[in-house]
Amino acid sequence: MTSPVGAIDGPPAKPALTSRWDSPALRRFRRHRLAVFGAVTILVLTLACIVGPFLLPFTDTFIDIRQRFAPPLSGAHVLGTDQLGRDMLARLLMAGRISLAVGFAAMAISMVIGVCVGLVAGYYGGAIGAVLMRFVDAMLCFPSIFLLLAVSAFIHPGVETIILLIAFTAWMEVARIVEAQIKALRERDFAVAAEALGASDARVMIRELLPNAIAPIVVAATLNVAHAILAESYISFLGYGIQPPTPSWGNMLDNAQGYLTSAPWLAMLPGAMITLAVTSFNFIGDGLRDALDPRTDAR
Amino acid sequence: MAEDVVLDVEDLSVSFVSPQGIVPAAREVSFEVRRGETLAMVGESGSGKSVTSLAILRLTPPAPQCRIEGRVRLRAGDRRVHDLLALPEARMRELRGSAAAMVFQEPMTSLNPVHKIGDQIAEAVRFHSALSKRGALDRAAELLDLVGIPDVRRRMSSYPHQLSGGMRQRVMIAIALSCEPVLLIADEPTTALDVTIQAQILELLHDLQQRTQMALLFITHNLGVVAEIADRVIVMYAGRVVEEAAVLPLFKRPLMPYTQGLLRSVPRLDLAGRRCDELAAIPGNVPDPLALPPGCSFAPRCAHRVPELCDGRVPLLEGAGAQHFVRCARWASLAEGAPP
Amino acid sequence: MGSFLARRVGQAGVLLLIVSIIGFSILHLAPGGPLSQFAATGDMTQEDLDRVARQMGLDRPLPVQYAEWLWRLLQGDWGVSYRDKQPVLRVIGSHLGATLELMLSSTLLAMMIGCWIGVLGAIRRYSVFDTLATVGAMIALSIPTFWFGLVVIYVFSVGLGWLPAGNRYTIGDGSWSDRLHHLIGPCIVLALVSTAVWSRYMRSSMLDVINQDYIRTARSKGIPERRILFQHAVRNALLPMITIAGLHLPTLLSGALVTETVFTWPGMGRLFLDSIGYRDYPTVMGILMFTAMLVLLGSLLADLLYGVADPRIRTA
Repeated sequence: MTSPVGAIDGPPAKPALTSRWDSPALRRFRRHRLAVFGAVTILVLTLACIVGPFLLPFTDTFIDIRQRFAPPLSGAHVLGTDQLGRDMLARLLMAGRISLAVGFAAMAISMVIGVCVGLVAGYYGGAIGAVLMRFVDAMLCFPSIFLLLAVSAFIHPGVETIILLIAFTAWMEVARIVEAQIKALRERDFAVAAEALGASDARVMIRELLPNAIAPIVVAATLNVAHAILAESYISFLGYGIQPPTPSWGNMLDNAQGYLTSAPWLAMLPGAMITLAVTSFNFIGDGLRDALDPRTDAR
Repeated sequence: MAEDVVLDVEDLSVSFVSPQGIVPAAREVSFEVRRGETLAMVGESGSGKSVTSLAILRLTPPAPQCRIEGRVRLRAGDRRVHDLLALPEARMRELRGSAAAMVFQEPMTSLNPVHKIGDQIAEAVRFHSALSKRGALDRAAELLDLVGIPDVRRRMSSYPHQLSGGMRQRVMIAIALSCEPVLLIADEPTTALDVTIQAQILELLHDLQQRTQMALLFITHNLGVVAEIADRVIVMYAGRVVEEAAVLPLFKRPLMPYTQGLLRSVPRLDLAGRRCDELAAIPGNVPDPLALPPGCSFAPRCAHRVPELCDGRVPLLEGAGAQHFVRCARWASLAEGAPP
Repeated sequence: MGSFLARRVGQAGVLLLIVSIIGFSILHLAPGGPLSQFAATGDMTQEDLDRVARQMGLDRPLPVQYAEWLWRLLQGDWGVSYRDKQPVLRVIGSHLGATLELMLSSTLLAMMIGCWIGVLGAIRRYSVFDTLATVGAMIALSIPTFWFGLVVIYVFSVGLGWLPAGNRYTIGDGSWSDRLHHLIGPCIVLALVSTAVWSRYMRSSMLDVINQDYIRTARSKGIPERRILFQHAVRNALLPMITIAGLHLPTLLSGALVTETVFTWPGMGRLFLDSIGYRDYPTVMGILMFTAMLVLLGSLLADLLYGVADPRIRTA
């Protein structure tokens, strides 16, 4: 025992608290102010996108040629109007529905793929594991935007296809994380015991191993939503993602560059929304990482 | 401070600030080490011995995290006495590695993996002497030879991972001795090594001490090592000195029940006939530093505890014969073997 | 080192094979396959299409097609661009310089700033600076690159008039200063995400290192804190950064594509988008394969460089 920090290893952990809402993990998450900020932001943003369009005097598709390029905070349009006189707030909220939905859906699909590949590769190891993980490595060689554009350029994508495409380019990191976790876990006593008791492979994987790897998976899932929202905005901005008239935060920016001098809010507002949403998810991910890792309690 | 005292530690307390509260790691530790003397500091993990040694050279984490109180005086080679805890950092740095040096427990991780052995030794020399780079490297080669490393020329440009644990510890010793310190602190220098290598390193340290007459503060939990190398011993428990004596009296007639327990837990060849269960570990655990008992820290694990005597207040470190001190409320009655 | 090198090159070879299979699959997965661009124009009859398919060998078994395609790929025959009527590899080559210029300059910028932020954050952990740097990095990672590009153009080109709004140089000019002037905007934009990445990794690498035993040894030698930091800590903390540089390459390439689009920078990313617009299939596939191979090469180089920089591997 040479390290002074080691010499003061804290007292043995106190028995777990009973209430779910007072678990150490939740306490650590609440102490992470940025994560709380992120969670609240996402909650408010999601609610606003779902409920908001019903409460506004304008729909996102209402075109008012006389009111083109109305700046924010001037008259009836709180956040101004675009080049067709459509209300920016209404469009931002409708776009938020699409962008957030794409984010969550792509995350869900990529998690399923990533977890399955990681589970199988980590559990069986050997040749199967090697082949799967080399495939993961190879997929990671393709810069995601190039891959997304190359495919979406030739298949005229709808919202569903975009979701699938993003998911197909975003599952590899998850697979790596899960594979590493499962590989480490499967040597442990409980997995060996379950196998010895004759449990099927699938049962050991899903009932015994997966729950023990859940913390990094949850963190990866959160960060994946952020990644998916960003990816959607990139390809939509470049014109190969969500196609107008369906609005998304990315494609709202598509035409905005041309109006940068005359109507900068057309570019600033959607970009700010993307940044806000993605930052929030990243904050939540960071908070979860700290909260779910018991070692951080000592700090 | 007597003329031959090299290190004088008075009431040294070290505590760490943690989210759970202030953790006292060492409490009012006092001792002296003289020229040419080896003082062994013995205790279990968490007894505060490592922290004490780091605090002497101010190598503990910086101020808000860690608090050091008390007085530490060092008589440098030029006979000047320095009050280490009061020195400005720059002056302290000049003494570190020159007047007082340290060897650590983990030779495998204590050397920088990306620098050559020779450079790592020469670096210490360069900062404490007027030698040129060339001169410092020559001195480094000399030192490698001194600590018994063969094929010095090749080893100078080796990297740490190319050396065995024992070799690396020799290199660490070479670094520590590079500026002929008056005090060497060795924090469990042999714990991580094989038994045969352990013996070699101990012999090397002993040899070097004979030659240079430096004071050696040797920290260990291994009583076998203590018997081999020490002149005097202090026993630490829960951050406090609980017994201090010359090595023979301590082994012959330990007064503190904790020391007795420690000695009983060491297998001894001369008592090979004894029944196995007498080689007993001390029951219980080192107390939680955040919830130390109000009285004697060892009382909860002590077979001789008498609540009225032991639980009220911390016993004083009392004199119990020539140069023998013990912190136990009952040492006298226990020594007589009489019931309380 | 020798066995490490051989092993690593072998791995890269296997990976290249899988990468090529993925590329070939994408080529054939698109509806209409490699013929889709002929079908899309609409002025070819089914007979014409069948004839072209036979000419291109598309009626043969897929493994044979793949083997031929790979063989031509390895020989440098990447097809002919429909748009420029030039070999794809030459078209890519003529745009590569601009992309590399942008990527290298922004990486340099990001490394210098990011590493500094990381080192300072680690040694003053939990200070105001560290907190701001942490939050700032998280936000920087969340800003869409194209939007940040628009903001930079809006502020520095439209608003202040300090920087040109796009292109690599002014037509008719071509001086160093003019090129540098044009590089500033895209370089900063592309460097934003990289800076955040570098600062995060450098901070955690530095935190790992300053708690190592050998840093304590350096302190016990009594050498100045500054030297401990740079000679002992930063030196070790930079080692894993080499790997990070390799891992970061795909993100950097994606960012370059977007930055080039916003700043009309005539690089490979811009070429890629234009080729998609023209349905220039060979060029699109060529660039896709090229970027993947670049990433592969980058991570191989990073590993070899690591092997050279870390004596534990170099002398093994």
